[in-house]
Amino acid sequence: MSEPDVSTSVRRAVPPISWRRRVTDHVMTGVAVLTVVLVLIPLIAIFGYLIYKGVGSLNWAFLTHIPVPEGEVGGGMANAIVGSALILAVASLIGVPFGVGAGIYLAEFGRNRLGSAIRFTADVLNGVPSIVIGIVAYAIVVLSQKHFSALAGGVALAIMMVPTISRTTEEMLLLVPQALREAAYGLGIPRWRTTLSITLRTATSGVITGIMLAFARIAGETAPLLFTALGNEYWSGRLPWNSHWQRQPWTLGLDQPTAALPLQIFKYATSPYDDLHRQAWAGAFVLIILIVTSVAAVRYVVRRGTFGAA
Amino acid sequence: MPGPQPVEGTKVTSTSADQVTPLLQTSGGEVPDRIFRSAMTLCGLAVLGVLVLIVYELMSGSRLSWHAFGFKFFGGSDWDPVNEHFGALPFIYGTLVSSLVALIIAVPLAVGVAVFTTEMCPKALRGPLSFFVELLAAIPSVIYGLWAIFVLVPLLSGHVQPFLAETLGWTGLFSGPPYGIGMLAAGIILAIMIVPIISAITREVLLVVPQHQREGVLALGATRWEMIRVGVLRNARAGIVGGIILGLGRALGETMAVTMVIGNRPEIAKSLFAPGYTMASVLANEFSEATGDVYLSSLIEIGLALFLVTIIVNALAQLLVWTVTRGQPARGHV
Repeated sequence: MSEPDVSTSVRRAVPPISWRRRVTDHVMTGVAVLTVVLVLIPLIAIFGYLIYKGVGSLNWAFLTHIPVPEGEVGGGMANAIVGSALILAVASLIGVPFGVGAGIYLAEFGRNRLGSAIRFTADVLNGVPSIVIGIVAYAIVVLSQKHFSALAGGVALAIMMVPTISRTTEEMLLLVPQALREAAYGLGIPRWRTTLSITLRTATSGVITGIMLAFARIAGETAPLLFTALGNEYWSGRLPWNSHWQRQPWTLGLDQPTAALPLQIFKYATSPYDDLHRQAWAGAFVLIILIVTSVAAVRYVVRRGTFGAA
Repeated sequence: MPGPQPVEGTKVTSTSADQVTPLLQTSGGEVPDRIFRSAMTLCGLAVLGVLVLIVYELMSGSRLSWHAFGFKFFGGSDWDPVNEHFGALPFIYGTLVSSLVALIIAVPLAVGVAVFTTEMCPKALRGPLSFFVELLAAIPSVIYGLWAIFVLVPLLSGHVQPFLAETLGWTGLFSGPPYGIGMLAAGIILAIMIVPIISAITREVLLVVPQHQREGVLALGATRWEMIRVGVLRNARAGIVGGIILGLGRALGETMAVTMVIGNRPEIAKSLFAPGYTMASVLANEFSEATGDVYLSSLIEIGLALFLVTIIVNALAQLLVWTVTRGQPARGHV
């Protein structure tokens, strides 16, 4: 008989919630749900249009041909797809080692003033507008080489990769238990070997996650390429059957103005021709597939990974 | 500091280093260790170097324009490449107004989403929901622009702008011909782009608020909304403001989507329907075609101004978020 007694006494002790407070509570819940709906609408609209317009516009010619003269129908973005791959490869080759290295420094040696300064700088660099990075790459690479190039575009994107990669690498390395390092030292393994073969190896999946996220972020970047890679309506002399290749095979065409998917999308979207609009949608679809694939790869790696997959 | 330290730095160890051989000294570990450490330090220093390089290049590049116009550069409103006379006011105005419009739209939405996902939403929905919102952050700017040109702008000019002109036209903010393209379109697309950043950080900050705060307020007889208002939002205020400022930083520097819909005309107009121009989009449009040293230098000076503003805004945001989450970087992505 004690149960009802308690509940009635509690009910008496707690004053009833007034209808005004109750209504406010419900209204605010409704408002929160409404905000979620309002945010999801553009997301669904953007992906819906991308798939609807993109799939409809995609064809074999788009993937295998280069652009036709303006105003004509047909052609594709084959050179831009290859160009994007080239620029992203250059960016990764420069950005990943520096980013991971900086991350290792921060995690293993960076508990000091310099470490804090680098950490803060990396976080601040993350917020620098990409177009400003483009100006800097222009000043460093384009002005000294005297022409626009894939290399300049790659440098610009590499600068954008480093802060992200270094911070995630640091986070992931710090997740590796201290005892593992100590065990390695106990076996007489030198510090550098411990860091590379034990710590970094343990955190591999997490570090790769960071790299792929940075990659996904720069893959769609347009602004820093506008005056570094510039864009190109043709192959930029990096293919074996091109005459430029035969003259200077060692440059790989890295010193030429190079087309890139995001640049091409921008150019076509702002052009007055319907067929170019169609190709802009197709290009956007290919680009988003590239990005979603790399993010999905991240999720796959994370799910398979052991440590470091926070 | 993990593990046994090789002798370095402090006075105590350097005097005793000769007598005491480190216990775990291994064969030949010393020199490669030092090389490794130097190499990693170099990578770390490269991060600082990049910042220094950015500052140096922007300053030296803009010297010409600084000598020609001085402070008047930021107050002047004519942009005349032919006569080499440059003033950045219309671009500053466009950047500020479009970002402000974006914040006004994005902040309530982003905070609402964050509150819903952390405090109200059923557990099963929580993961997918934040995943979808963060998916918004993964879409490249140029695709937002593409979508805005072909979907948002026609929607604005066909339905939204006539409606706004009819109901709120008397304020002067919503008057003029409804082209669709203009400041309002730029503000809306920016808002869509910064919602994920603000809501991701707000969510992080809300999750840091200790559970007993919520329980305490509930035990006093509060409704759920009162608990959120008093127990959660009030405690997380500084961090939320940090997230908002970080979103502002992103909006100020956003280039492609804005360039594609703002109309690109260096004018200062009161109406949000009118076309405008931002600092980032003038760089995007004119940098590679700038003829003449003063012209290029003026553009670089705009870049410098944009850089300085975003640096200050981001540093401020970083500090605010750090006060709440204690040292974790504030990130707008997954």
